[in-house]
Amino acid sequence: MKCEELLAMLNEYVDGTVDPAVCVEFEKHLAGCNPCQVVVDNIRQTITLYKDGQPYAMPVQFREKMHDTLRKKWKEKFPAK
Amino acid sequence: MTNQLTPETPDAELVRLAKAGELDAFEALTNRYEHRVYGLAMRMLRQEQDAEDVTQQTFLSVLENLEGFRGEASFSTWVLRIASHAALKIIRKRKGLNTVSLEEATEPSDDLNSIPHPEFIADWRQSPEHLVERNEVRRFLDEALTRLDEKHRLVFLLRDVEGLSVRETAEALELSEGNVKVRLLRARLQLREELTRVLGDPARQLVRSHHHHE
Repeated sequence: MKCEELLAMLNEYVDGTVDPAVCVEFEKHLAGCNPCQVVVDNIRQTITLYKDGQPYAMPVQFREKMHDTLRKKWKEKFPAK
Repeated sequence: MTNQLTPETPDAELVRLAKAGELDAFEALTNRYEHRVYGLAMRMLRQEQDAEDVTQQTFLSVLENLEGFRGEASFSTWVLRIASHAALKIIRKRKGLNTVSLEEATEPSDDLNSIPHPEFIADWRQSPEHLVERNEVRRFLDEALTRLDEKHRLVFLLRDVEGLSVRETAEALELSEGNVKVRLLRARLQLREELTRVLGDPARQLVRSHHHHE
């Protein structure tokens, strides 16, 4: 496997969906290629950083206003309830 | 008629009750997804007012279209699809365009053969666990996101932040799975590049030799 081929399979490898036979090839390449190892590490860290990042808090006032609007619309849609 | 709604009540059950006119069930669905929708909108738009508009529009649209929701996709995928389109609409408007199309993005550049090679390769100075707590890192992460083309950004957010599968992301954006994969790879590589330029340790930078080893 060449570096370019590894790059093309990067998603599947990182997501753990790579075909087992390809995975063996992938890891064989990684074992002998330090730059590719670091790229794979960097990609994993990048994903972790975004996934575990601080969430955005929805402003409380906005939330209340939105729920009021939705309730009003709901009552127009289901007047009987 | 009152139903016992709990945090464990499945989405599909809440959808069924909401369709039957149960406001409580609709509110439970809204409570369950509003934060994710708002977060997605903030990361796409980086502007509170616009993120609020997207959030409200999304749930108004859910309310209006609930009867038509047949459950082919999961409710969460459906909601995120509506939110994605609402966010894109605002982005297109900002750019002075009126059309909302994700498909127009199927350009030659979405070809696997043209994936850019990693350039700055270095171990990071700190682990993500440490980095995630720093406010300036969050700002920098968001800035790196905005530099992504919106079609790549949206795929990355749905897949890697919202945790949708490739198939669900494809459903939400009405794209082929192949297209989602290529966009995701581009997004991940570009973000890796930008993050590593800032977070990487220059003393440990690796230079890739130009001949590619087997």
